[in-house]
Amino acid sequence: MDNVDLIAGENPWSAQQRRSLRCLLGRMIPASGDYGVPGADDEAIFADVLTTARPHANHVHDALQRLDALAQGSYTDLDTAQQLVVAETFRAEQPALAGLLAAITVQCYYRDDRVMRSLDMEPRPPFPKGFEVEAGDWSLLDPVRVRPKFYREAP
Amino acid sequence: MTTPVDVLIIGAGASGAAVAWSLADTRMRILCLEQGDWVKSSDYPSNGRDWEARGMGDFSFSPNRRASDVDYPVNEDGSPIKIANFNGVGGGTILYAGHFPRFHPSDFRVHSLDGVGDDWPINYQTLEPYYAENDRMMGISGLAGDPAYPPMNPVMPPLPLGKAGAKLAKGMNTLGWHWWPSDSGVATADYDGRGKCINLGNCLGGCAQGAKASTDITYWPHAIRAGVELRTRCRVREITTNAQGMASGVIYYDAHGVEHFQAAEVVILACNGIGTPRILLNSTSTRFPNGLANSSGLVGKNLMFHPYAGIFGYFEEPLDGYRGPLNVIRSQQFYETDLSRGFVRGYTFEFSRGRGPVGTALADIGTGRLPWGAGHHDAYRKLFNRITGMVAICEDLPEEHNTVTLDRTLTDSNGIPAPKIDYTLSENSRRMLDHAVARASEALRAAGAYDVAAESPLSVGGWHLMGTARMGTDPSLSVVNEWGRCHDVKNLFIVDGSIFVTSAGVNPTSTIQALALYIADSIKQRLANLFD
Repeated sequence: MDNVDLIAGENPWSAQQRRSLRCLLGRMIPASGDYGVPGADDEAIFADVLTTARPHANHVHDALQRLDALAQGSYTDLDTAQQLVVAETFRAEQPALAGLLAAITVQCYYRDDRVMRSLDMEPRPPFPKGFEVEAGDWSLLDPVRVRPKFYREAP
Repeated sequence: MTTPVDVLIIGAGASGAAVAWSLADTRMRILCLEQGDWVKSSDYPSNGRDWEARGMGDFSFSPNRRASDVDYPVNEDGSPIKIANFNGVGGGTILYAGHFPRFHPSDFRVHSLDGVGDDWPINYQTLEPYYAENDRMMGISGLAGDPAYPPMNPVMPPLPLGKAGAKLAKGMNTLGWHWWPSDSGVATADYDGRGKCINLGNCLGGCAQGAKASTDITYWPHAIRAGVELRTRCRVREITTNAQGMASGVIYYDAHGVEHFQAAEVVILACNGIGTPRILLNSTSTRFPNGLANSSGLVGKNLMFHPYAGIFGYFEEPLDGYRGPLNVIRSQQFYETDLSRGFVRGYTFEFSRGRGPVGTALADIGTGRLPWGAGHHDAYRKLFNRITGMVAICEDLPEEHNTVTLDRTLTDSNGIPAPKIDYTLSENSRRMLDHAVARASEALRAAGAYDVAAESPLSVGGWHLMGTARMGTDPSLSVVNEWGRCHDVKNLFIVDGSIFVTSAGVNPTSTIQALALYIADSIKQRLANLFD
């Protein structure tokens, strides 16, 4: 299957592949009651991941195939401990593919409202409100101000 | 055929905008052809929640990653440092950080002072008035009195130190090392129609506020009001010549791929250190079989980047994180040559503030500090808003084997041969990078960092493209003369970073634009006998 077919298709991945991907995301960034945040396998975040991953459908497809191969079956059929072991093996064996999946996942996860609020961020884009940055203590510059010039003159 | 013009400028970026504005007062008919579009401020990533993701996609500084129809591909397989640029009105200033340092007097006399590279045919004093004029036009913030520089007067106060800047400054003071507020193209007050910085934190994705001095909002409104025509989506294939060996105009493609000829009395190249040699090498003819203005054989040779190292410290306490402009302070403690360091020439530290939430995760999944699984959240919260550091921007010396040539098979969407980069990091650069990483680590530890990470060289750091059509007085050793006119073609000028003789250890935009203004003035002073 080539990349064009995958991108053009309504669903680049099979239902089983999507289950495997969602399961892997939950192992990558699990939900946390302590911090009050969902996992990356949360329904809304997962939907964002699927959309974001579409331009990379071919590579994601390859990654999920490799994950199932490492699981010697379906990744989702493993218990949690085995899934973690396979996920780490996958990272070690396929750093480029694992890096791509991680990049897609974190860019969706860390723009989720619930996650941003847990980090004391307002869930909004930077513009137009912007942010505050303190001016700082400019007396720190005093020892540098009294330093003699040290550039070289050149005709 | 279109109506002939007096002056045709190729490229609407940093230098094209400056030269267009300066020449406008001659009342000549001036046309600028730009292969990209205008960028609307409402299209910049900071308008959306996906601002960090778009910096890796349609607003990436890699043309190969953006791969839009206004970009040309670059074969960079032969270089450890990858090309960064932007094709559109404003050019590279759309995505630059806004660092605006000048060269130093010693940067123009590298051979005389240090026995390496070559001297420039002009000096700091030649460019000083043009630096000052450019500072006014671009609206530069900073602070007078830096002992690392001759006197200068930025037009706006410096950017805020913030928590990160103060932390780093304390570290530098502990070591007794130089630092100073950055000269910056980020406005700290409303200036010439631009709003002041509101700390969006995403300067590299384009400034939605319009605080950053990109030439689409600095020079171009003035140039267009003065009568310059700017025509976008026009990609130049080649410069044509007449029977006398003078430039007669250009052949370009419009947005629909239709070929046009534009006649001109004077042609000015302003396409950066990759785009300019690409056009010259594509402009072959019976008279110029090796490319235009290339009797020296130096078109496309002596490519210089600035090898960069990125060094970051991890702190216990919260810093600025995603807030604030990238520019803050710099250090030139290790700028001027000291051979006891094991290398010649030197570098600048440019300090940054922090990372966004996605950038934090991406970087430290990569370094192994941020695990997958149960420990992810605890680890993330120890990193988020607690990282700051600097880049070291190292002087790159000219070497003929570092080249821009034409790729034999790769082309852009109009079928024009694409550039191919071959570049090797020199031993001097490696030693300089190693020194910078070691000294930066000391500074970060002195500032209180409990851990330090570094990437050297930064593979994505091909932001500065210089040297591929160098300036000089000897036609056998240079492409343009001491005022930017090609030795071989007396109505063809180059005003971009291609004409740099050496690179210095600072960002080049200020010097590129000062040179463009200087060359424009040189043209104006010689209008009666420009082609003699």
